[in-house]
Amino acid sequence: MIIKGRVWKYGDDINTDVIFPGKYTYTVTDSKEMARVAMEDLDARFAKEVQKGDIIVGGKNFGCGSSREQAASCLLYAGVGAIVAKSFSRIYFRNCINFGLPALTSALAVDALQDGETAEIDTAKGEIHCSAGIFQFPPLPNEVVGIFDAGGLIPYVQKKLGL
Amino acid sequence: MGKTFTEKVLGRKAGKAVVPGEIIEIKPDVAMSHDNTAAISKTFYQIGVNRLFDPDMHVVILDHCTPAANEKFAQNHKDIREFVQKQGIRNFYDIEVGICHQVMPEKGHVWPGAVIVGSDSHTTSYGAFGAFATGIGRSEMAAIMAMGKIWLRVPETIRVTVDGVFPAGITSKDLMLKIAGDIGADGALYKAIEFTGPAIDRMTVASRFVFANMSAEIGAKNAYMIPNAETQAFLEKRVKTTYEVVASDPDAEIEAEYAYDVSTLEPMIACPHTVDNVCPVTKVRGTRVNQIFFGSCTNARVEDFQVVAAVLKGRKISPDVRMIIFPASQEVFLEVLKRGWITTLAAAGCVIMNPGCGPCMGNHEGVPANGEVVLATSNRNFKGRLGNKEAQVYLVSPLTAAVSALTGRIEDFRDMQLNL
Repeated sequence: MIIKGRVWKYGDDINTDVIFPGKYTYTVTDSKEMARVAMEDLDARFAKEVQKGDIIVGGKNFGCGSSREQAASCLLYAGVGAIVAKSFSRIYFRNCINFGLPALTSALAVDALQDGETAEIDTAKGEIHCSAGIFQFPPLPNEVVGIFDAGGLIPYVQKKLGL
Repeated sequence: MGKTFTEKVLGRKAGKAVVPGEIIEIKPDVAMSHDNTAAISKTFYQIGVNRLFDPDMHVVILDHCTPAANEKFAQNHKDIREFVQKQGIRNFYDIEVGICHQVMPEKGHVWPGAVIVGSDSHTTSYGAFGAFATGIGRSEMAAIMAMGKIWLRVPETIRVTVDGVFPAGITSKDLMLKIAGDIGADGALYKAIEFTGPAIDRMTVASRFVFANMSAEIGAKNAYMIPNAETQAFLEKRVKTTYEVVASDPDAEIEAEYAYDVSTLEPMIACPHTVDNVCPVTKVRGTRVNQIFFGSCTNARVEDFQVVAAVLKGRKISPDVRMIIFPASQEVFLEVLKRGWITTLAAAGCVIMNPGCGPCMGNHEGVPANGEVVLATSNRNFKGRLGNKEAQVYLVSPLTAAVSALTGRIEDFRDMQLNL
C-alpha cells in the first residue's frame, strides 16, 4: 500500500483526550461527526484542513490515556492514511491495528519529517520517503499481520469464524 | 532462569512456557466492560454472531455517566440493559453500584492469578489483588464476545521496590505521583510493573490500589503486587473461585528496577496537563482553586473519606471553592454514611454526589468553566479531561484536596495546624 499526503507533526505524549475528547465518547458516534471533532483539543485547524492520505507524526507514547478506540477511528474517518511515531501507547497501537490504520514506529523518520511537507509511505517495502530522505520502519509482528491484512479485527474475526 | 508473575500466568493460559515478546492467543477468565457495552454490542452483532461465546465470563457495570445526563446516555444505558438480558449476562451492575474498578473486586470478580481484560485503560487496577489485568479496545471486547479469545504480547517486567515508613499524612498517591514524575508517562510502556517491598506489604487494600490503578498513566500493560494478608482477607469474603497466589521467581528476569524510600517523601502534585508534570505541593502552594473533585477509581474509598472528614469536621470549606464528592461505590457510600462522615462533609459545604465516575472524563456532574482550576483526587489531568480544555486540572491526594478546600488555595497540609 502507498500512502501519500501532508504531514501533521505533533509532540510527545499526544493523549486520547486531545485526539477525541471524553465528553464525546457516548454522544458523537457518526463517523462524519467523529472526523469533525478529531484533534479538537490539540489543533483546531486539523479537522478543517485534513485530506485523505495525510500522515500524522508524533513523538513518543502517541495515544496515551484512555482505551477509547474512537481516538484511532476518528483519524481514520478524517482520512488519515498512517501515523508515524517514536512509540505508541499500548492500547492505542492495538486499536489502530484493529481498525486497519497503519501505526508505524521510526524515531529517525519522526525527527526528519517536517510539518506541512508531503511524504510517502510504502507499507510493503517498509519505507517512509520525505524531503530528508528514506527511512525504514519495522514490519508488524507476524501474528498481527493477519488482522491488518484482513482490513481490521472485525473482518478478521468474521473470516476466522467462517462468516 | 525463573519466570515472572506475568510469564507464569499467561503461560498457564497459553498452555506452554512463554517468554517476553511472544504473542499468544488466550481465553481470559473475566472480561469487563462499562457504559461502552452498547457500542461493543453493536460491533458484536456486526460480526454476525447471535450468542455470546461465554456469557459468564463477562461483567458489565454502568458507571461512566450515571444517572444518564441526557437522552443519548439514557438510550445507551437502555441498549445495555436489553443486551445483557438477551445474552444472559448475569454479572450486570446497574447505575447504583459504583465505579467498575471498585465494583469488580468488591463483588468477587477479581482474584490472584486471574487473567482479566477490560475495555477501560484503568483495568490495570486489579494487579493490586495479584491478578493479571489489562485494558483493551471496544472492538476487541466484541471479538471476545464472539470468539472468547484475544491476542496478547507477553510483556517484559520492571519492578519498583518501596521501603521506609510514610511520614504522617503522606500516602500512596503522593508516592505514585512521584514515580510518574520520575519515570514519565511512557516509563513503563508495554511493560508489566511489579510493586514490592516492606512499605507495600504494610499498606491497606485501598492504598495499594492506587499504584495498580495509576500504572496505566505510565504506560504499563499490567501491574502486580503480591496480595498481603489484608488483601487476602478482603478477597476471602468475596471470591467464590478457588485460587492460588502466583508470584515471580527470585531469579526471574527483571528489565529495570527502581527503589524508593518513602521516609522523606513530601506531598506531591501533578500539574496541568500531564500526569508526569509532577512537583512537591509546596512549589504551587497558594494557587487559587475553583473546584475540588474528590472521587474516581483512584481515591474515593473509605480510608480516603476518613482523612477528608477528619479535616473538614466542624469546619467550613472556603466560600471561594466548590467541593464535589463521589464515593467509589455503593458499598463505600453505605459505610461512610454509617460512620457519619457524609453528614460531616455536607455540613462543611460539600456537594455529595452518587457513586460513579462523575466528571472524570468530562461527561457531566461538575464540568469546570473556562479558566477554572480544579484540584482532583483522580488519575488523569489531560487538557479537556474534565470536559473543558480551557480548565486547569491538578492531581493530589485526598488530604491535600481537603486542606485546600479550607482556603480555596492549594495548601501543604504540613503548614496547617489541624490537630487531626
